Amino acid sequence: MNTKYYIKSFCQIKDNKISLNKSVIYKNEDTLDFLDFIKTAYRSFEINYPKFFKMDGLSKLAFLASEVLLSREKINTEEENNIAIVFSNKSSSLDTDKKHQESIQDKDNYYPSPAVFVYTLPNICIGEISIKYKLHSENSFFIFDSFNAEYLLEYTKSLLSTNKAKEVLCGWVEFNGIEYEAFLYLVSKEGTIAHTKQEIIKLYNT
Amino acid sequence: MNKIYASYNNIISSLGFDSEIVVQNIQDKNSGLQLIEDKAILSQPFYSSIINSKDLYANFKTLGIEGDFTRLEHMMISSLSKVIGEAKIPINNRVGLIISTTKGNVDVLDKNSRFSKERAYLSVLGRVIKEALGFKKEAIVVSNACVSGVLSIAIAKRYINQGVYDNVFIVSGDIVTEFIITGFNSFQALSNEPCKPYDKNRSGVNIGEVAASILVTKDTNALSKEAVVVLGEGSSNDANHISGPSRTGEGLCRSVKSAIKESNITFNDIDYISAHGTATLFNDETEAIAFNRLGLNKVPLNSLKGYFGHTLGASGLVETIVGMHSLQNNTLYTSLGFSELGVSKPLNIITETTSRKLDTFLKTASGFGGCNTAVLFQKVK
Repeated sequence: MNTKYYIKSFCQIKDNKISLNKSVIYKNEDTLDFLDFIKTAYRSFEINYPKFFKMDGLSKLAFLASEVLLSREKINTEEENNIAIVFSNKSSSLDTDKKHQESIQDKDNYYPSPAVFVYTLPNICIGEISIKYKLHSENSFFIFDSFNAEYLLEYTKSLLSTNKAKEVLCGWVEFNGIEYEAFLYLVSKEGTIAHTKQEIIKLYNT
Repeated sequence: MNKIYASYNNIISSLGFDSEIVVQNIQDKNSGLQLIEDKAILSQPFYSSIINSKDLYANFKTLGIEGDFTRLEHMMISSLSKVIGEAKIPINNRVGLIISTTKGNVDVLDKNSRFSKERAYLSVLGRVIKEALGFKKEAIVVSNACVSGVLSIAIAKRYINQGVYDNVFIVSGDIVTEFIITGFNSFQALSNEPCKPYDKNRSGVNIGEVAASILVTKDTNALSKEAVVVLGEGSSNDANHISGPSRTGEGLCRSVKSAIKESNITFNDIDYISAHGTATLFNDETEAIAFNRLGLNKVPLNSLKGYFGHTLGASGLVETIVGMHSLQNNTLYTSLGFSELGVSKPLNIITETTSRKLDTFLKTASGFGGCNTAVLFQKVK
């Protein structure tokens, strides 16, 4: 119960920039919309994962932020990697919800598609990451008005202290069709930043 | 760790506005499913269980709660206010609110809705419910596909064990909308007859709607007669596919094992399984494989989808509540729609309402995104 946990690494994606542990690792000065930005960023990291292009905006954002953190972990997908995924945001899957709604709104122009509909759930992005890293772990997607460090902190502590997870990838992945923001962090027994509400809020606000 | 209990509860559904009435209907094998002809939802008729709006609004009026609410909010507030009233727990900073839903007020995205598009935000739904019923702390909205309802019980337990709350009220709900029905129809997943979980002639899913509420508590003075101990719970991702279950039942197996590990009971102690049973080809087959891998193929099992249809983010909670009453009444309820086994591995499907001494049951659910959740419940000793 008294094991200490730390924030091992953290990643932010906002304002056309991607940072890892506060250092900017990618930025694009061009004025791009989100989908162009995230695609350009994906290409710059030389990740070979064609499924990325099929994902909706929220999944692309969550996937890339997770990739920044998990690619450093040298995960062997043949072994057990009990990393839980706990995400949150404000807009759920609203961007894709609107796309599905557009496809059914007009009976003379009616084109509902399973490839769109499947992304009308926010936790699909957790599924995408679980598939990439073969994570058979605990998942939850929460919706809050704004970033809620306390609820995430306590939930993560619960997963770790009950041995339901060895590490937890958690944070905020928000995309409303125009604005986007990702802040993900990996909680582990290793690291130097204490896993506390104050530290989480401090990192989120940098 | 404290013992955590699932206690006072309510179901608002086409089978009644009260858990006891709904359970009585299940005992009598009455289904809430009927053929719906509503071209505003789908061009062809479809089977669904839909709450009568007139009855819903008439019932709501008796609560004396003022405000301009959506249909789903009427359902959720009606359901949860009843549980709060019965539990007699003062709402303070130690009382949490969890809302589980997949799509919330998604119907307001329709251009003909009179509500502002802002209402489609699940956090706004959370705020509306919180304020209507006087909760002090921000609602925790859980939107994790079709495991949301049962996962919320696990989440409530975890927050209580962390000392964040002493009591947590959960309200789950999703509504039948054009949005949902056209989506499932695009997957060609809808059955054109009442669904037949695990049956040889099953032909897909029916979507239905309910709101269900429950109190999760550590307080032994706040237990209803059908209250149960939440013995153990676990979730696991299939890590296989975003819109279909793993063919090996991997995530489901792991989630059950995780729940068993925490509960300190053995597989032999499980008297009854309330399974997911959506009546799609793949779901039912995956469950059969998983329960066989776990050696649970002889345990009596049902799917309640033949009564309510698949009620999405609420299904796990409404089915848990029926399971609690099943223990209390020492009765196994018929898995409606089943006549001949149509999965490749043996399962002990309940074909008749049967009296039997019951102590412990397992609730499982699976959903898009590869998620699986299992929770074990036991009678309060």
